[in-house]
Formats: sequence, C-alpha cells, structure tokens
Amino acid sequence: MSSATLAELCIFAASEAFRDTREIIATGVGPVPRLGASLAKLTHSPSLMMTDGEAFLVEQPVPIGPRGYDDRPKSAGYLPFSRFFDAAVWTGRRHAMVTPTQIDRFGQTNLSYLGGTHRQPKTQMLGVRGFPGNSVYHPNSMFVPVHSPRVFVAGEVDMVSSAGYNPAKRVAGGNYGGIDLRRIITNLCVMDFGGKDHAVRVISLHPGVTFAEVQAATGFPLEQGALAETPLPDAEALAIIARLDPHNVRATVIAGNPDAVKEKAA
Amino acid sequence: MLDKRMTAAEIVANLHDGMTLGIGGWGPRRKPMALVREIMRSPLKDLTIVAYGGADVGMLCAAGKVKKLVFAFVSLDAIPLEPWFRKAREAGSIEVLELDEGMLQWGLKAAAFGLPFLPTRVGLGTDLAELGGLKLVQSPYEDGETLIAMPALKLDAALIHVNRADWRGNVQLFGPDTYYDQWFARAAARSFVSCEELVDRMEDHYPDDARFNEFERCFVSSVVEMKGGAHPGSMPPAYGWDMKAFRDYAAAAKEPGDWAQVADRFVGADEQGYMDSVGGMESVAKLPMPVF
Repeated sequence: MSSATLAELCIFAASEAFRDTREIIATGVGPVPRLGASLAKLTHSPSLMMTDGEAFLVEQPVPIGPRGYDDRPKSAGYLPFSRFFDAAVWTGRRHAMVTPTQIDRFGQTNLSYLGGTHRQPKTQMLGVRGFPGNSVYHPNSMFVPVHSPRVFVAGEVDMVSSAGYNPAKRVAGGNYGGIDLRRIITNLCVMDFGGKDHAVRVISLHPGVTFAEVQAATGFPLEQGALAETPLPDAEALAIIARLDPHNVRATVIAGNPDAVKEKAA
Repeated sequence: MLDKRMTAAEIVANLHDGMTLGIGGWGPRRKPMALVREIMRSPLKDLTIVAYGGADVGMLCAAGKVKKLVFAFVSLDAIPLEPWFRKAREAGSIEVLELDEGMLQWGLKAAAFGLPFLPTRVGLGTDLAELGGLKLVQSPYEDGETLIAMPALKLDAALIHVNRADWRGNVQLFGPDTYYDQWFARAAARSFVSCEELVDRMEDHYPDDARFNEFERCFVSSVVEMKGGAHPGSMPPAYGWDMKAFRDYAAAAKEPGDWAQVADRFVGADEQGYMDSVGGMESVAKLPMPVF
C-alpha cells in the first residue's frame, strides 16, 4: 500500500502535465500546481523555467509556506510583470496550471463572477485576471480540488473568462491556433481534451475511483480514454515534495487530506 | 516650473469630478494609498478609475467615488476577494470595463503613444469584447487576421507611489517589481507622485541608483513626500503589507458593512492622524515583507 496522500498523487499527476523539453515558464498557481511544476523541473523536465512566485527567475524551485524573507533563493534571472507579457505570455513561452471557479465542456473557464449579470453579478469574484491572454497564447492546465457539477458545469460558464474550444465563440478571421488546453487534474481523476472535437476525456482514474463516479460529479458528458489508473508518486517524488513543502501545506488542499488510494481512506 | 513639490491637498485640488484617474501599483502592493485617502477626504466624485485593483479600488467604490472601473482584477492577495469592491459590484452601483491584465497595459501603452488603439488577439474567444463593447479590426496585410482593437486608456491623471523622488520629479522605484507604474505615468496627461523619501537633487544623493528611474521626469507633474504612503499595502523594500489592517478592513465590510460608519478608521481626518492611528512610521517600517 502507498503512504502517499491524494494531494501528493495530484502533485505527481500535475508534474506529468508539465512534462516538456522546451524552455518555457512553468507557472503553477496554488500549492498543488506549484509543487507539480517544481517537481517536474527537478525530475523529468529540467528545461522548464520558473519564478520565485514574484519577479525573479530561479533554477532551484522555491519551497512553499512560511520562511524567512532573507531565506529567499538566489535568482538566475528577472521576470517582472511588464516583462511577463512581453517575454512569456504573448510569446507563448509559458504553461500555466490554474484553478478556475467554473469549467465547461468546451474548456472555457470563469474566474470573474457567478449569477446575475455583468452589470450586477450575484457573486463577484476576482475578475478575469490574465486568463483571456493566457488562453489564446500558451498551453494551460487546470487543478480542481473538489470535482463537482458546480465546477464542471452543465451548459456554458457564467462568464467566459478564458477561451476554449467553443465554435460559437469563434470570430471569422481570428487566430485561435494558440489555444492549447492540456490536462485537468482533480481529486478524482486526470482528464484531457483529446475527445471528439476536443471533448473532455477521462484518461486516468485515481486508485479506487470509478468512471461512473466521475461522470456523476460532472455537469456534462465525459468521454472515456484508455482509463489507466493514475500512478502513485514514487519515493523520490515524495521526498522532493516533502522538501518543497516543509510545512505540509499540501495537507490542507483536499478536505480531510485523504489517502491516495480511496478504499484505504474509507 | 521645475519645482514640482505640492501638498497632498494641493494635488487633490488639481483633480476634478468625472475625470479618468489611473492608480499605479498592483493589488495590495505599492499603491498610493495616502493620496487615495486624501481623495476620500475630498468631495471628488464620479471618477473613472483604471487600476490593477486593491484596497484603493475597494475604498473608492465603498465611498461612492467611482462611476466606472476599468480593471482586470481587484484583490488583497492574502485576502483574495476584495470585500468592498464585491459589495459595490453586487449592488450594481458601478459601471465596469473588465479587461485582461495584459490588455489593460496594452491600452495604457496605446495612450502613452498617442494611438487610438492597439491590435491584440487577447479577448478573442471570451466574453470580454462583447461585454466591453470592444471593436474588431482586420489586419491590412496579407494575413488578414481579425483582431480586437484595444482602445487607448487615456488618463486625465495618474497617482503613483515611488520609493524616492526629488523636487524636479526624478523618481527611483525599488522592490522586486514596479508593475506598470511607468505606463500609468506615460498614459496620463498629468502624474501625481508621492514618495517615501524626497531629496533635493537625486544626483547628489543617489547617483548610483539612476537605473531605478523607471519613468522620466517629463511624465511627473507633482511630487509629495508621504512616508508610509502605501500603508496598509506593501512598499518593498521599505515595508510589507499590514495584514491586521487588511483583516479589520475586510471584517468591517461584513460588520457593520456600512462604509460611512467605518471610514474614519481606514481614512482618518488627516494623514498625520491616520499614521498615528497605525502606530506611526516606526510601526509601519517594521511590517515584515511577505514571502511567496
């Protein structure tokens, strides 16, 4: 039996999403994506570039959680916001993993507001942030800690904050060639957009999870891929994750911090 | 006149109702909060605010100063959702132009260069263009690509908080990131700059720091020294953000939830009074830098 937690399994799966030989910025927003990107860089994908979470480029991923301001790592480069758009986003040299509030069957996401109208939303959230630009310029993946129909909505998201594969949203003559949605890691499974016409497809189920469970937690029909079991992190990966997260922030990401293998948790 | 020193009150007296005002900084970082507080103490109203928003936007919305907001997000970072901004949005009390972060800087650059718009692919495939009334433009070259015409975000004035300035408007900006302060300055007809430290002649005091002059003094109309001027936000490397102040500010949005009843706590009758209420510069200088 594994001693890995479900969060650690998700981090390991997130690192696979970042597998890449190109020199691009890997941005993981939130503990699981960030640890996944860091793990990818330290294991199979050393070409990846990343920042310290602020404005400096680092070659050694920065641990998460509290630490002394003077314990900041040495920087190898500089990438402040004004250069981020010039050099990373608008040149396509980036892969971001984010956690949107809503995702629909086209891979369109929402981070702006829920319900009501744009003039008067029922629930105002952050705003679209950099999602529109990210989505048309570079690869994107997603992490969802609570897989539910509230996140994976029936129909379309309330406000399309990032572009997806929705033909109805295409303006004639527009260039949508940069839209490249990779993987969605959730607490139940790993999905991609490899179905018919970029439909969302389950490609691996976390140990002990069934496709039916995933479908029941999703507001739109899913396709089935080859349905492998999501691999458990090996000892090396677990050691790296522990080093990058010395305060065990990852234990707070998924409610109850369950074991990676569902039966064991139950 | 080359001596650009003004008081905060004089700066606000140069602003007028209905103007489009850009505010530098990013979320809870290097925001010109002392100048924002001075606006809060004034009768100024009907503003169009252009900002990467934090408590500056939240407060101005709460006090009914904002007619329209041009934004990509409003956040206090460690408190992700800005509570007073949310109340204003959910009450439908402000107009908005919601933009992508990169698009917003593109609009500032268009304004800085005196262009009516700059073309971009950003926004295609999303709801932004339709909600914002953004027009399309077609490349006149062989590719014929359809793009969004991001309109210039011309600012009547910009408010910016910098680390150092001299009386001629030479500025130096430190910290890991200066965000888009240079583009707010260049996009504005007039820029009003507050600083942590005002010196007479920059070259006599800090000649080795000239490369931290992120924008040129021709884009600076006025300077005023306001130590602690970004509080409760951060101003690296001088001080970090004040999480207790932000938590109190967020809590007040729930209880009592009425800005008029709490404004004194977060604005004060004057800046000296405000600074005294947060322990003075001595306390502000001790606020630890956030670690990411």
